[in-house]
Amino acid sequence: MTSASRTPSQTPPAVPSGAAEGGGPAAPEGRSPGQLMWRRFKRDRPGVVSACVVAFFFLVALAAPLISKVYGKDPTTTYGIDRPGLLNEFGYPVKPNGGISGDFWFGIEPTLGRDVLTQLVYGIRTSLLIAAAATVLCVLTGILIGVTAGYVGGRTDYFLGRFIDLLLAFPSQLSFIAFTPVVYSLFVSPNKETPTYLRVLTLILVLWVLGWMGMARLLRGQVLSLREREFVEAAKVTGASPWRIITKELLPNLWTPILVQSTLMLPTIVTIEAGLSFIGVGILEPTPDWGRMFANGAHYYESDITYIFFPGLAMIAFVVAFNLLGDSVRDAFDPRTAR
Amino acid sequence: MLRFLLRRSLGAIVIVLLISAITFFLFFALPSEPALMSCGKNCTPDAIAVINKNLGLDQPVPVQYWHYMSGIVTGRDFTVGHCPAPCFGYSFSNQQPVWGTIVDRFPTTLSITLGGAAVFLTVGVGIGMLAAAFRGTWIDKFFSSLSLIGNALQIYFVGVIALAVFVSGLHWMDNPAYHPITENPVKWFTGMLIPWLVLSIIFIANYSRMTRSQMIEQLAEDHVRTARAKGLSRRTVFFRYAWRGAMAPIVTIFGIDLGSLFGGAIITEFTFSLHGLGRLAVSSVSETDLPTLMAVMLVGCTAIVVANIVVDAAYAFIDPRVRLA
Repeated sequence: MTSASRTPSQTPPAVPSGAAEGGGPAAPEGRSPGQLMWRRFKRDRPGVVSACVVAFFFLVALAAPLISKVYGKDPTTTYGIDRPGLLNEFGYPVKPNGGISGDFWFGIEPTLGRDVLTQLVYGIRTSLLIAAAATVLCVLTGILIGVTAGYVGGRTDYFLGRFIDLLLAFPSQLSFIAFTPVVYSLFVSPNKETPTYLRVLTLILVLWVLGWMGMARLLRGQVLSLREREFVEAAKVTGASPWRIITKELLPNLWTPILVQSTLMLPTIVTIEAGLSFIGVGILEPTPDWGRMFANGAHYYESDITYIFFPGLAMIAFVVAFNLLGDSVRDAFDPRTAR
Repeated sequence: MLRFLLRRSLGAIVIVLLISAITFFLFFALPSEPALMSCGKNCTPDAIAVINKNLGLDQPVPVQYWHYMSGIVTGRDFTVGHCPAPCFGYSFSNQQPVWGTIVDRFPTTLSITLGGAAVFLTVGVGIGMLAAAFRGTWIDKFFSSLSLIGNALQIYFVGVIALAVFVSGLHWMDNPAYHPITENPVKWFTGMLIPWLVLSIIFIANYSRMTRSQMIEQLAEDHVRTARAKGLSRRTVFFRYAWRGAMAPIVTIFGIDLGSLFGGAIITEFTFSLHGLGRLAVSSVSETDLPTLMAVMLVGCTAIVVANIVVDAAYAFIDPRVRLA
């Protein structure tokens, strides 16, 4: 066994799968690696708290229509315009602190007078949907390409490696901005409006195409070292097919880096998507979006600074919780790493 | 060294050519009609035909690409006139040569990037070393919780708060703006200060965390222990031995960050309404000004590729174990 390895995400040489499930009468109390991980994770208080926060955000995103119903507002109605007395003649909330009141818990938006709480809840829903879909696609592609490159090796590895290099040389932020309208125009002729669902699909596509390389590189390296281990050799000698070796021997040992990397990837993609909407190439009005709330906030900050704090603080809480969760997941999988 | 630079430059040229070809193809071949995009929502077929002819868009895409790339080297003749040597074509939106706009905008991006990088590199590495030197004490804990928050901050949030506090709240400064350093260095500095600080906050967290973990790793290395055992002072070992080893990976990341910022510190420029390359890219997206967008992409990816070569060369100076061949 290697002494304290440098890469925090390296797994112990594995309980080759099967050993845990089989159990056998000799084992007094067999626990699968998953159970062990779960036990360790439950004892990690910051980990549990951050997991709850993360779960809360996803719950809010899923239950957005329910929240809107219980709370009695929706994100598109312009309350400030419909009801006199909420906005002053300059279009800013009459009440202090962005118009926070018993009716509007997070205040109302300047000019249009929409409800901030439901805007945020639905905005989180849009952003998380895009980010989660892009993350899943990136992770799957990363696994596919990384494991293939690492396991097959040779010329395949070389060409996949050069392909990854090429994609990494694209200026990523610039490419997100530049290629999004190109993809829009693939679906819709430029003199028509792009429907929202196509904008969402386009963003997912762009984030996916330029987002999977890190995961692939990481997994390729892991597979290269795992491939030489005895348990893989043993599987080969027994005549296991490559598919079996990959799914039963390699993948169980790759869950840690995959999970840790995914928990890093998702918040990053959320912030990238928000950035795109902030500069106006992402989701457009009237669909609520987390990132576009920052653009609105930047517009109104001189007279109504309260507005931007809700999306801002929510995003900080979300990213911090996700990063802490990633640390805890890594610790739970691999107790040797010290923070 | 020379061989290394030569080989890497060749590789870089290949990468830039490939990226330019892919980008060009995506821009000019995939969307049904670039002329339609350039001409906007209400456009007559005649106008489209004129645009197509003027821009040479009636030719096959590989030919167009060849004209485009050779135009960068030798200049190019359009029906509207001659476009001198680094010719990136004419903008769809203001009909000016694209290269002029790029030259005009680049100093802003350069100022943001260099100033911001100077701040986040020194402060980030400094904090990281401090945390490593006092590992486990309250200093370390304080900075690591700070970097956890810092890592979650976004320019589009912190930037707006900074504007609200320092510009419209306390009136300490004017709105950030770019003044050429050659004209008025003081104004250049004060105009850029808020963007620099905000840009660095985002990076400091990352750099301090990386420096800390690299330093801790290096301090546990054998050669560092040997140096201590030889009787070298703690300070010498810390700064001359551990620091040198710790810097190599930091330099790599720094090169990549710097390269991608040169292509446009997009969010920063947008938040502070500074007219750099990033903002140019965004405005050319909304105006579907493909020639300008193409040129910014080319500048951006050249910056990344060059930064990578410089980093690898610098790596060899910092860590003599790395051989360039």
